Amino acid sequence: MKGRGERTMMKSKTLEQVENQFETFQILNEEGEVVNEAAMPNLSDEQLQELMRRMVYTRIWDQRAISLNRQGRLGFYAPVAGQEASMLGSHFALEKQDWILPGYRDIPQIVFHGVTLEQAFLWSRGHFKGGQMPDGVNVLMPQIIIGAQIIQAAGVALGLKRKNTNTVAITYTGDGGASQGDFYEGINFAGAFAAPAIFVVQNNRFAISTPVEKQSAAKTIAQKAVAAGIHGVQVDGMDVLAVYAATLEARERGLRGDGPTLIETLTYRYGPHTMAGDDPTRYRTSDLDDEWEKKDPLVRFRKFLEKKSLWSEAQENEVVEQAKEDIKVAIKKADGAPKQKVTDLIGFMYETLPQNLQEQMEEYKAKESK
Amino acid sequence: MAQMTMIQAITDAMRVELKRDENILLFGEDVGKNGGVFRATEGLQAEFGEDRVFDTPLAESGIGGLAIGLGLTGFRPIMEVQFFGFVFEVFDSIAAQMARMRYRSGGKYHSPVTIRSPFGGGVKTPELHADSLEGLMAQTPGVKVVIPATPYDAKGLLISAIRDNDPVVFLEHMKLYRSFRGEVPEGEYTIELGKADVKREGKDISIITYGAMVHSSLKAAEELAKEGIEAEVIDLRTISPIDIDTILASVEKTNRAIVVQEAQIQAGIAANVVAEITERAILSLEAPVLRVAAPDTVFPFASAEDVWLPGYKEIVEKAKKVINF
Repeated sequence: MKGRGERTMMKSKTLEQVENQFETFQILNEEGEVVNEAAMPNLSDEQLQELMRRMVYTRIWDQRAISLNRQGRLGFYAPVAGQEASMLGSHFALEKQDWILPGYRDIPQIVFHGVTLEQAFLWSRGHFKGGQMPDGVNVLMPQIIIGAQIIQAAGVALGLKRKNTNTVAITYTGDGGASQGDFYEGINFAGAFAAPAIFVVQNNRFAISTPVEKQSAAKTIAQKAVAAGIHGVQVDGMDVLAVYAATLEARERGLRGDGPTLIETLTYRYGPHTMAGDDPTRYRTSDLDDEWEKKDPLVRFRKFLEKKSLWSEAQENEVVEQAKEDIKVAIKKADGAPKQKVTDLIGFMYETLPQNLQEQMEEYKAKESK
Repeated sequence: MAQMTMIQAITDAMRVELKRDENILLFGEDVGKNGGVFRATEGLQAEFGEDRVFDTPLAESGIGGLAIGLGLTGFRPIMEVQFFGFVFEVFDSIAAQMARMRYRSGGKYHSPVTIRSPFGGGVKTPELHADSLEGLMAQTPGVKVVIPATPYDAKGLLISAIRDNDPVVFLEHMKLYRSFRGEVPEGEYTIELGKADVKREGKDISIITYGAMVHSSLKAAEELAKEGIEAEVIDLRTISPIDIDTILASVEKTNRAIVVQEAQIQAGIAANVVAEITERAILSLEAPVLRVAAPDTVFPFASAEDVWLPGYKEIVEKAKKVINF
């Protein structure tokens, strides 16, 4: 069967020339071999191990979260297995003071930036403590409105620039999100203000059931950067070193005053869209799943590290056990969170309560004290 | 004290605040060098520089996102939406994002944003410039909505709005921008948000209103006075939250009330005022509380404004209906 594009469109030279500017950037192939030595990032052995540790940890966390969700011990959850390199490789290039504006799937990034697992679980359950970000941890709550984080990131980045903080703002959306108006507005604003923002589009090929081909006739999402007049790059999102290197470069570009960067990571989610009843077998073939499982970011990075004698089964098992233990502790802590009261919710609305809420506060205080 | 138009009072409020706090930023479409399409920001970029007062690309949603992001990094944004009919483009940023910032972060973050925007009929603007959409905002938990009717109120309320640490939608009626001058003190002063103002005292009926309808109501009150009916005119000034105490004190005195708005009857906030009075003061009422509002159609084509917009005659008529109930 021919693709939609092939059937209806003859490619113009201009279009081909544009597309050729956005070849996939890769450092490690599926066998864990370095295919682009020149682009190899300067990471110490310990840093390489830490990257692997985080990816394994996240894979286990994802498995446990799915299981806890099925037991009814977690609420809203968007699986991340397959996207570890894209999420954690990009996060690893950040500094502590950088700002993260995550989408709803981007919990691993904010957890490794300083949000606790317990809070991540409370956010999943729908508890206000899940949004109370710890002091000094510059992250926003996961954004549910797809695209809103992009325009807000432009604002945060401009703020950071104006305050001379030498930091950047990074934000994430998916392939479907790149069709939103706020996506274009956000990258365009950041470009017009030369703001130090990094826009990461994690292209996992599906927005719920809609394949990326139905989002746009554009061959890459990275080329959408052209519309904003900013730098764009397409990266193998299953290659943690390539994602890291691309993000680091984007960060430096932002700090130099050369404006924002759009990074498209080609990745895949092995699980469903969310745990709220989505069934990927309705829209995905097992062939496609198999093809992407061969690209598993953990497999290739494990091979790479093993060849350098930086990783062993024992080390991996240690991470697995640590993750399981942390999750057990975190979910227990989350269970101990106080039950939410209406008076709590009223209290978070304004700095000073207006008259209607003052009245309602009294009303609910009386109810709650019964 | 200086005599100022409402728009001069608005410019003055922003100048006072820009001078007071260097974290205040003012931005929007054509607010910089051009001084705004109504000259509301005239001279401010020249005085405070391009880093404080600046133009943005033409995208309301992006402007809202910019305000949220700048707010998170320690700035106090005053963003302008060129005409409030364009609010639909930035509805998510206002109603779903900044309005919820404090709540969804459990008090960790907030959005100290002032959204300035002109609206209002009577000046024959093209489509979607004059629509009264304050009702949409008043239904949004997390934002306050302020609508001044005089130069004095505009300055004091805008300074309060800018200093408020939660988002405030500040709607400026285009017909009131330059239609008259009023006394405006120099320097800073504030008017508490959420407080109504009795613009005319009376004992026979309460006319509760806001925006351009304050002036139509005052004119109606003069007409009614000729017939021996003394109307009390209450200018809400803040339409969310509304000042229930002032409304009740008046209604309990006059025992009769009408609510007057420029918006369509199914829109605006008149229904809310009626509901509050009914819940809290029904035993004081000698007659039902009636509303003066526009017909439930789309805002009129420019040359139909005269027959569509509510005016003082409708107010007089409705007030008499309540008096003679």
